[in-house]
Amino acid sequence: MNVKVIVRGRARGTVICARHPLNFLGGIDKKTGRVRDEKHDLFGRSVGGKILVFPNGVGSSVGAYTIYSLRYNKAAPLAMVCLHADITTASGCAISNIPLVVAGREDYESLRDGQEVLVDAVDGKVL
Amino acid sequence: MPLELTREEEAALDGKQGETLAMAYRILVAIGKATGADRLIPVEWAHLSGVNYNTIGDAGEEFLSHLSGDARFRIRTTVNPMGFDSDSVGRFGLDDEFVEKQQSIRRSYEKMGAIPSFSCIPYEIFEMPKMGTQVSFAESNAAIYANSVSSLRTNKESALSALASAITGKSPYSDLRGEEGRRPGLCIRMKVEEADELAYGMLGYFAGKDAGSSVAISGTDGFDRRSCKSLCAGMGTSGSCGMFTLGEEGGERVDFGKEEMEDVRDELSTAESGDIITLGSPQLGLGEVSDLVARLKGRSFRKRCMIFCPRAIQGQVRSLGYEGELARAGGEVLYDCCTCLTPLVDKKDVDSVTTNSVKGAYYLRTSNGVGVNLKSLRQIVEDETA
Repeated sequence: MNVKVIVRGRARGTVICARHPLNFLGGIDKKTGRVRDEKHDLFGRSVGGKILVFPNGVGSSVGAYTIYSLRYNKAAPLAMVCLHADITTASGCAISNIPLVVAGREDYESLRDGQEVLVDAVDGKVL
Repeated sequence: MPLELTREEEAALDGKQGETLAMAYRILVAIGKATGADRLIPVEWAHLSGVNYNTIGDAGEEFLSHLSGDARFRIRTTVNPMGFDSDSVGRFGLDDEFVEKQQSIRRSYEKMGAIPSFSCIPYEIFEMPKMGTQVSFAESNAAIYANSVSSLRTNKESALSALASAITGKSPYSDLRGEEGRRPGLCIRMKVEEADELAYGMLGYFAGKDAGSSVAISGTDGFDRRSCKSLCAGMGTSGSCGMFTLGEEGGERVDFGKEEMEDVRDELSTAESGDIITLGSPQLGLGEVSDLVARLKGRSFRKRCMIFCPRAIQGQVRSLGYEGELARAGGEVLYDCCTCLTPLVDKKDVDSVTTNSVKGAYYLRTSNGVGVNLKSLRQIVEDETA
């Protein structure tokens, strides 16, 4: 599928799919990458070392530092695929060199939890 | 339309003016692409979040320490609350490392040229620029307030995008910065009768989940400054919406009635009572402190009560006798910090907290891991004092 590149880079890995938007601050443990908001559909799972597919970021502006902290603590996603890239996610990925792309709705909905993909955030493709 | 940079901006992005500016421009370009901006524009004021060591951790502390080696803010820059009040930190069981790391963060921001405001309500303690002025506010309640009440223009910036604005004096021109993006796409009709500030906070939380970048709110009888602050904070917590307008406009209409309010309450209020009380998030301004003192009327809190305020009002709080009156009632006024993401509430010591803050409720549950008993300020005074 063709995607819009927000932060350049390439990564291959296993998809973890979130149905709900993510509030990185508070919602994710910055040391382990584990989702700790018990009302979130990824509760208890870790986004570390995965291709994180989620609609968009919400809530705290400090979430950008949470993304940077995940990288610092080696618990960051390898790449992110969004439906709408918000400012918090985009700036957090930019400073942490985490590839970030935006997919169209149909393509986005075709991505499945556990699937192996290559995010090519240079040529704008997810394969 | 693709994002076009001037030659100077391109050069800075390529690192010709050093790594710090290149990094700041990388952030601006990423958020510019994300929001579909076609150019960067000057902004006059940056308000930064990412000040509390409890939220940004070692990664943030080291990053800012390194950055402050050569980064200098080009525009007026104010900052959000930090983790504690230096005057009273000894009363809380924070370890030395926390205190030292927090002071390092404070030093880094001051070295880069920030005004040490440590407040999430810049709109109450600073003079506002003229209508239409472009600013970059990261604190979500302040961004929503600036757009909706002060007629300033900002997107709901992130800690890092506002920092990039402070360093470059610029931001991408998109979304709420232009006329088009400010038009509400949804209208929420307030149907709760005799709504107090807590009801408006919950309405904000409800609206934030569904709204795009701007939302209309109608049926707002009795909407005062406190309700407005509460709404801004609730809205900033749950979603990505950065602005509201009053009155019935926009496309789709959604009612916020008793049922919707109870759903929000069920989500946020998880405990029957609290071991301690926290007031604020947003911090209380002078009007709210004065109102609290008037409500107490000689009564005292039955349990520990922390009252969070900006340092800027400390002089007046003292000279008007409020600090003494609150101390008499067993309240602790804490400056420079706030309920939201506070390290001063530890689940080792308390199981649950009573608060008047929708935003505080969300983060006390998810971040501090404690139960939350959400109540209006009036109800707290009624139930928790004698």
